[in-house]
Amino acid sequence: MSEPVLEIKNLSVDYGMGPDAVQAVRDVSLTLHRGEVLGLAGESGSGKSTLAYGMTRLLPPPGVVSGGEVVYHPQDGAPVDILGLNRPQLRKLRWSEISIVFQGAMNSLNPVHKVVTQLCDVIKAHDKRSTPASRRARAAELMKLVGINTDRLDSYPHQLSGGMRQRVMIAMALALEPSVVIMDEPTTALDVVMQRQILTQLAELRERLGFAVLFITHDLSLLVELSDRIAIMYGGRIVEEANARQLYREPLHPYSLGLLKSFPALRGERRELTGIPGSPPDLRAMPSGCAFHPRCPRAFEPCADRDPVLAAPEDKTRSVACWLHVPGAGRTAENSTSSTTARS
Amino acid sequence: MTAELDAPASGTTDDSDVVLEAEGVSKHFPVRRTGRDVVKRTTHHVHAVDDVSFALRRGHVTAMVGESGSGKSTVARVMAQLHRQTAGTIRLHGEPVDVRGGRRFRAYCRAVQMVFQDPFASLNPIHTVRYHLTRALRIHGNAGRTRAEREAALEDLLASVQLTPARNYLDKFPHELSGGQRQRVAIARALAADPEVLLADEPVSMLDVSIRLGVLNLLRDLKDRLRLAILYITHDIASARYFADDIQVMYAGQVVEGGDSETVTQSPAHPYTRLLVESAPDPDRLTGRTDAPEDSAQGEPPSLISPPSGCRFHPRCPFAMDRCSVASPPRLEVGDQPGHWAACWLFDTPSVEAAS
Repeated sequence: MSEPVLEIKNLSVDYGMGPDAVQAVRDVSLTLHRGEVLGLAGESGSGKSTLAYGMTRLLPPPGVVSGGEVVYHPQDGAPVDILGLNRPQLRKLRWSEISIVFQGAMNSLNPVHKVVTQLCDVIKAHDKRSTPASRRARAAELMKLVGINTDRLDSYPHQLSGGMRQRVMIAMALALEPSVVIMDEPTTALDVVMQRQILTQLAELRERLGFAVLFITHDLSLLVELSDRIAIMYGGRIVEEANARQLYREPLHPYSLGLLKSFPALRGERRELTGIPGSPPDLRAMPSGCAFHPRCPRAFEPCADRDPVLAAPEDKTRSVACWLHVPGAGRTAENSTSSTTARS
Repeated sequence: MTAELDAPASGTTDDSDVVLEAEGVSKHFPVRRTGRDVVKRTTHHVHAVDDVSFALRRGHVTAMVGESGSGKSTVARVMAQLHRQTAGTIRLHGEPVDVRGGRRFRAYCRAVQMVFQDPFASLNPIHTVRYHLTRALRIHGNAGRTRAEREAALEDLLASVQLTPARNYLDKFPHELSGGQRQRVAIARALAADPEVLLADEPVSMLDVSIRLGVLNLLRDLKDRLRLAILYITHDIASARYFADDIQVMYAGQVVEGGDSETVTQSPAHPYTRLLVESAPDPDRLTGRTDAPEDSAQGEPPSLISPPSGCRFHPRCPFAMDRCSVASPPRLEVGDQPGHWAACWLFDTPSVEAAS
């Protein structure tokens, strides 16, 4: 695997301070390699967006990064800890190295400015020597890149369709050729046909420009198709991380399995699906031990007491935080495993 | 509904099972007139729904699948008579429906209930579950005469949506419930009228993925138990395949294909349905290599103020012929399965032969 471009080490994010603080992200470590697509999946409230905002220091108060490190490795030069940067340094890094396509990108464009103005603004802020003509040329180039006719440059956002606005947002994120693009549910508000068009384009662009993508969504079936590796979040933690194919073929964590089983398949056999019983945990009152144990069909004796650690079960290519995959976690492990397999 | 409960078990789909039927239903909304329109005395309309016909059968789920703006929610609203149709007829048990508010509207509501998309918005935040359900029971005369009867009815309702024990939920406010529980309360409220038809407008799209199936399975269970006719409106064709017996595909205000759900999803006939099925995420098509087929359609749905002539899909269609831009295709048998039809000239045998 290629070298890492962004390393998150033991990141924790709280909302609020003191004893009332809600831990939205707990001790998350994640590595994004150069040029790969890393999918981050989880339900609403699992902390996936908070993680993205926390690591880019975009989190509005009362969100606080309470611990950990986020290390960015530039193409040439020494690694930087993003959490330790001061304002001017951060300003320089943002967008030119790491850019974001926001959730609900349709509303992230300024309605009173033309698309071209907004695109040029980005370039102007980072490249002081650029001329208006060169900026406009670059903006036109970007629009072509994402497949929008250049005569749309002088349109206002409301004159564009949802799909086009989304493409403008992607164009804007790519304006300075960053090495990392974070996409926070970029296609959730779009129809499947438009989603497919945008994702196809994204795959092409990535092949051409070679940036790494952190793709955040709740749609696991989309991620399996799109990404190289997938990390699954639940209750502020990463519960499983694996190669996309591995995760789809043999998920280890019961939550991953439940999520995969929650999507009715369009092709293949028509099977009975159950979803996951119960509802997502309340971050203010997290269950003891493994956060998933109250909903887990395979929970056994250590689950309620002790938090499982994210670790590699047998090979080094994947990791899972579940007592089922810790050898010797309890005698009952074998029994409960065999009983569930017998039932299913 | 009690009389019909003894009707023969499901499996038979003769006309006696049809509860609610739409025939050639259209709904146009006027667009605000500009100065020029006033001078020229023209009014533009959004053709939200044009000439839609289908039937809802007892104990049967019919899915209406389409992208946003295809008019599928308008269909539900017209069926619920929240909007009056511009043209066409809606029949309840074969009787044309003509309700304009008042007692007849209420009687219609008793038979046809709606479940809305967003349970956060469809429940009043300042009232408890008990209030929401009691009110629905009272309005539709199902609250019983005594307090004990009412309490029993409330408990039955909550039990039917699997919120048990009822006392844990009755005095809760909507904000104290999770999204899935809220949607269950909204379904219970619809059931309070003892309806025959449930119009579910994207009932699970606002819920978390892990609890969507629970709600869909609940609806299916209710359908079997109460022999409800359900119209399931969704943009997710995979869930329609899972949940529905029949699928109708809508595009730009018209139904373009219909048939049983396996046939429509496994061998889609209309080019638009094919596009929809191809575009759905497919985990088996692994990692990024999303090479769309050569002939796949591009572009966006048309404006419904001045919809394209002929077939509304023809500007995007990779198979468009001269005829498509001139004449609107009727429902044509596809021929692979009985009851599978598509509104596409490709299935008009003489025209295909002439072209080849």
